[in-house]
Amino acid sequence: MNTLKRRIIGAIPVILGISFLIFLLMHIAPGDPVTLLLGDDATPADIERTRREWGLDRPLMVQYWDFLTRAVTGDFGRSLKFNEPVMKLVWERLPATLELAFASLLVAISIAVPLGVYSAIKHNSLLDHAGMSVALIGVSLPNFWLGIMLIYFLGGQLNLLPVAGRIEYGIEIKSVTGLYLLDSLLTGNLPAFWSASQHLLMPAVTLGSALAAIITRISRSSVLEVMRQDYVVTARAKGLSEKTVIWRHILRNALITIVTILGLQLGALLSGSVVTETVFSFPGIGDLLIQSISARDYKLTQVLILMFAVTYFVVNLLIDVLYSWIDPRIKF
Amino acid sequence: MFSLRFLKIWVGGAILSVLLVCGVAAPLLAPRDPQAQTLEDRLRPPRWVETGLPAYLLGTDNLGRDMLSRIIYGSRISLMVGVATVLFAGLVGCALGAVAGYFGSTTDEVVSKISEIFLAFPFLLIAIAIMAFLGQGVGNLIMALMLSRWVQYCRVVRGEVLSLKERDFVTAAKALGGRDFYVLLRHVVPNTLASVTVIATFGMAIVIITEASLSFLGLGVPAHIPTWGSMLSEGRSYINRAPWLTIFPGMAIFVTVFGINLLGDGLRDIFDPKLRRQR
Repeated sequence: MNTLKRRIIGAIPVILGISFLIFLLMHIAPGDPVTLLLGDDATPADIERTRREWGLDRPLMVQYWDFLTRAVTGDFGRSLKFNEPVMKLVWERLPATLELAFASLLVAISIAVPLGVYSAIKHNSLLDHAGMSVALIGVSLPNFWLGIMLIYFLGGQLNLLPVAGRIEYGIEIKSVTGLYLLDSLLTGNLPAFWSASQHLLMPAVTLGSALAAIITRISRSSVLEVMRQDYVVTARAKGLSEKTVIWRHILRNALITIVTILGLQLGALLSGSVVTETVFSFPGIGDLLIQSISARDYKLTQVLILMFAVTYFVVNLLIDVLYSWIDPRIKF
Repeated sequence: MFSLRFLKIWVGGAILSVLLVCGVAAPLLAPRDPQAQTLEDRLRPPRWVETGLPAYLLGTDNLGRDMLSRIIYGSRISLMVGVATVLFAGLVGCALGAVAGYFGSTTDEVVSKISEIFLAFPFLLIAIAIMAFLGQGVGNLIMALMLSRWVQYCRVVRGEVLSLKERDFVTAAKALGGRDFYVLLRHVVPNTLASVTVIATFGMAIVIITEASLSFLGLGVPAHIPTWGSMLSEGRSYINRAPWLTIFPGMAIFVTVFGINLLGDGLRDIFDPKLRRQR
């Protein structure tokens, strides 16, 4: 457990560094945020008053310390655009992004792992080459373009799926967790479940496609690597069935690399959600971030970026812990 | 000789060359001024469609601007941003990685801590954050992308230098009286170039997609400069009326990135003997 404690303690300076960097960004931005926000019509008195209200007239380090002490109590101030507490906005939007991220992860894993593993087992076969070509195409597809094309073909031309939002207008859903799919199941609201699934499908495929491509390639190379290990030869030599060799000896060991890459790719998933949510007007954190940037709501932007970075960092920490479960040789 | 490995390099290299030619010779290749508006010809479909005009091969946009010319000019930004970012990020990352790996101790710790902070951000997010605060502009865009990419080079070069510095030829160079920086630049760094070339190639593909994503989000270069990302963003409002406004710029991004990835794949196959064995 000591290493885990050390990692958590070691994470503190990194998180402080992240927060300082984001804090600094707002201050190195050209032009005064207050002037930018209030516009050209603002009088010097207005600007001065707002600066004082925001505390921008104080020394930088004092402002940072104030930001930090408020942050640890969960107080990030009010959004200027929405005139609501920043955290309230974040909590409202977070479930949508989480739902989208989980759904994309599910789409990616369910396509990529079987395809990658199968390609490796049958390597150099036609399916292997086809799988790898599809993966290369997937890595090269800009996800916002894929999203727009899906909207055009599946939404516009074939009219199969809704093109924007999280749920059909007019369908009420009782909020339990904020995750529409889960909430509609918990409350037995099947029309809401159907509508939420339909709305989620295209964004999840859009966001999950690049991830699927990467995982396919990694799964394949990781399984190929493990297949050449002596213990796999031993397992075969002692007469185990091919199924047991694949499931118990190859897959379990190949999983370590796959999980690592999943952790590393989570960042791409989080930042990809910004683009995907914009394409599908999906009301999540990413969409909120772009709205806050275009409204020059620096406070909200700052907090959202900080949240993305800290979430990414914490998830990677959790992935490290997950290793010890997958590979008992790694002990924390 | 002409195996699949070389085929990837040929095809990828050819696509990259087309991009280079388009970028460099855009004024010669583009049939029209990419900004020239012909309002009576707006939203014309590509030439092969019934209502298309022979003058516009890929049709026109909502302001009657020639799509083909805009796509050709758009390659300039992708190319410029891609090359500049890879170059600057590569230089900074390799220099820091090499120094950290070679000298170790405090230098290594400081560089590692800084890179850890940068690694804590998904790179698109760093770029979004910087562009959000600094505002649109080619210079800002290159800086944002560079700041989000240098760390990849730094990590790989540091790792390679750590192992290279223990090798006999480095000890021999030192024993012959070579100074640290001389040994590092003359004997160690050149041996990391194979990996750096591969990361730089894949890096360029990532940078081009990221630039397009930022322009799509309205955080890239100023609106008057045609880029593939901003063309897609503008064309999105006309998706059902004029799908060619989104199909062609997207195809341009896809083919370019695909070509560069193919090249990167081919280079990696050649440089990485472990992978070669797996084939």
